[in-house]
Amino acid sequence: MVEPADNTAAGATVPLSATAELRGQAPASPMLEMTGITKRFPGVVANENVNLVVQPGEVHTLLGENGAGKSTLVKILYGLYRPDEGEIKIGGEPVDIPSPAAAIDHGVGMIHQHFMLVPTLTVAENVALGLHGRRGLADMGPVRERLMEVSERHGLVIDPDAYIWQLAVGERQRAEILKALYRDARLLVLDEPTAVLTPPEVDDLFATLRSLTDEGRGLIFISHKLAEVMVISDQITVLRDGQVVGRTTPAETTREGLASMMVGREVRLGREVPDQDAGDQRLVVDRLHVRGDRGNISLDDFSVQVGSGEIVGIAGVSGNGQRELAEAIFGLRPIESGTVQVRGETIAAPSPKQVRRRGVAFVPEERMRHGAVGEMSVSENLMLVDYNKRPFVRGGLLQFGTIAERCWELVRRFTVKTPALSTETSHLSGGNIQKVVIAREFSADADVLVVAQPTRGIDIGAAEYVHERLLEKRAAGAAILLITEDLDEALQLSDRVVVIFEGQAMCNLPRAEATTDRVGLLMTGVSEEAPAPA
Amino acid sequence: MSDFFTVSVLVATLASGIRLATPFLLSALGETIGQRAGVLNLGVEGVMLIGAYAAYITALRTGSVVAGVIAAMAAGAAMGVVYAFITVVMHATQGISGIGIFLFGLGFTDLLFRQQVGTPVPIDGLRGLDMGGLSDLPVVGELFFQHSVLTYVAFALVPVVWFAMNRTTFGLNVRAVGETPEAADTLGVRVNVVRTQAIIIGNVMAGLAGGTLALDVGIFQQNLTSGQGFIAVALVYFGAWRSSGVMAGALLFGVVSSTVLQLKTLGIIVGANSTIAAMAPAILTIVVLVLVSRRIGAPSALTVPFDRDN
Repeated sequence: MVEPADNTAAGATVPLSATAELRGQAPASPMLEMTGITKRFPGVVANENVNLVVQPGEVHTLLGENGAGKSTLVKILYGLYRPDEGEIKIGGEPVDIPSPAAAIDHGVGMIHQHFMLVPTLTVAENVALGLHGRRGLADMGPVRERLMEVSERHGLVIDPDAYIWQLAVGERQRAEILKALYRDARLLVLDEPTAVLTPPEVDDLFATLRSLTDEGRGLIFISHKLAEVMVISDQITVLRDGQVVGRTTPAETTREGLASMMVGREVRLGREVPDQDAGDQRLVVDRLHVRGDRGNISLDDFSVQVGSGEIVGIAGVSGNGQRELAEAIFGLRPIESGTVQVRGETIAAPSPKQVRRRGVAFVPEERMRHGAVGEMSVSENLMLVDYNKRPFVRGGLLQFGTIAERCWELVRRFTVKTPALSTETSHLSGGNIQKVVIAREFSADADVLVVAQPTRGIDIGAAEYVHERLLEKRAAGAAILLITEDLDEALQLSDRVVVIFEGQAMCNLPRAEATTDRVGLLMTGVSEEAPAPA
Repeated sequence: MSDFFTVSVLVATLASGIRLATPFLLSALGETIGQRAGVLNLGVEGVMLIGAYAAYITALRTGSVVAGVIAAMAAGAAMGVVYAFITVVMHATQGISGIGIFLFGLGFTDLLFRQQVGTPVPIDGLRGLDMGGLSDLPVVGELFFQHSVLTYVAFALVPVVWFAMNRTTFGLNVRAVGETPEAADTLGVRVNVVRTQAIIIGNVMAGLAGGTLALDVGIFQQNLTSGQGFIAVALVYFGAWRSSGVMAGALLFGVVSSTVLQLKTLGIIVGANSTIAAMAPAILTIVVLVLVSRRIGAPSALTVPFDRDN
């Protein structure tokens, strides 16, 4: 085991300009130096000559859009990829990291965005995985003991005997962090750790991170949420298209500055949404009760109304009934009781076809599973809804000329970047696939839109574009139900915000009253109802 | 029918049921270990045939049952290496690869048998142990204390497999790579090494199961196993990937088989009926699989090859 830099030097660490660090003028050798890292995949250069220096006791943020190369870089550090070129030094010593086991031996720990936990094992068993037990026996006693000790020292409360599948998302993340701390990781990589957390949980996480840097550990924090990055970072390295395009600190920049570095052009954050009164009720969900995949209650007496020219945002942490709500409205999931009304008309036994016929369009949350067929071409995906309508079909035969005209028009109008209409859709970027889905759904004469996680995992440019189209539809008088786990998105676009928690509507706040703090608290299930009766 | 319901016949039927359960149990326990690691092996039948032939030819040439047992296990291990190469290294689709192993085992053992032996020569097979007073006990003696040593080995393996799966680091690794191989990988568990080990252990047990069968009947013939290897795969589902459940299933199939045999011997079912009755295990397999098909608990990564770049 190679010991990282002596952490007693942590107190002496002062913010240094990155260039000085690169010239090797830092007083002690840095915790991590990655120099000239290049990684190529067929057709893509994921990292090109990337340099990264992390000092003990600092939170070093890697900022960049999806596909900018952040994940590739930390996967190289964790031994999941081999770099084509470049050198890694830990504590001043050049190291070779051919596998995660080697990374762990060098004191590197990783908190993966998609938690690397085995759901059918307990917390302690997950921690013990990969350790060498005495005489091959998996003796959980000592593991549990040390786990409790580590957990207490860092204020990460956990039940070591709970199975992972029984834990809430926040607890799973604690298990994931403890796994790394149990192995005494000096350098922790956190890949988008806040994506799944509520605002209060993010505060707790940041407190934990601070206690870790106080012990002299170094943290690499990956995020694309600018507000968080400004709060937690000591140093920020910005990546774009696989290259480092900037190094800065929160003191030297602004959110706009960061966003512009990420995207490579001027970005204006925040969006003026013109006031507009809601018209007639287009979509009414009344006291809906729906069960989830495992027979659990996932919507519990849930009601929401969306008027013409109105965006109603459904905010909440993932897994509180959002997916089931969209599916129930769209006839993809049986309704136990309650009704869905479109323009005042109750849909007795909803099916996707019936719902669509009434002018409802749907942008599902999983674009590659439910929104588009990856193996089919761009034009086929664009025609999935209208393929059986005139003039695209005559006498049972597809009219390819008319279809191609229509598709080119959509591709131009929705600025889909594709080499050809016949391109397999899965070859497009996430943002462009989402544009294909939106082009198909928004172009129909639908004036009721159910839109789930429309900007998840797509770049800022594409997200801006999706927001513009949503507001355009709103201005044209469509009723829009926006289901999103991105709180900023919900607050920015919605005329009213409904927080969903364990299948129940926690509030129905008009834009002016929906503040980040208030909505964030409601997302954790804290009810606002006054304790005293009226 | 009343001939069947006498104490002596019932005891004999149950005792032979336990004996017939032995190959089911050995092969299904082995398949359980492989499946817990995320690898489905439909070729158990073929491996059993190869194990059976290896045991037979070795015992025939050397006159040693022990050598036959060792040969069966070695043949199983060799097939395990082959199957691990096909599925773990080459990432071939597991279902169809297993069928390939079955067809290979069926054809290869038949070929060798014709070339090396020709007409069936019986061998001195396994004998029941004589445990003195215990074996002489009425009822209990015949039921439990007159079996061959391999039967005791098979049943002793039930708690051993449980312990290995639940109380050793190897078992923890096996369960993790069968459920979430990516997570195991990030903690330094070598997923494909663990899977290869599990496959080889499973195949050694399948080879031993085949050897048990050949040494038990003292003969080899084409398709000696007649579908027992496929039933063993079904038993893993029946037993919900737990050694105790697998044992219950193996006993059930052993007793059904012995009952059919006994009814035939007693002349209670004859002619076409006996042919139909011989289908009982197959029909039972289908019924059981339909009943348990919706049961959750299968390892999540079953049949999914692991490659870090995906």
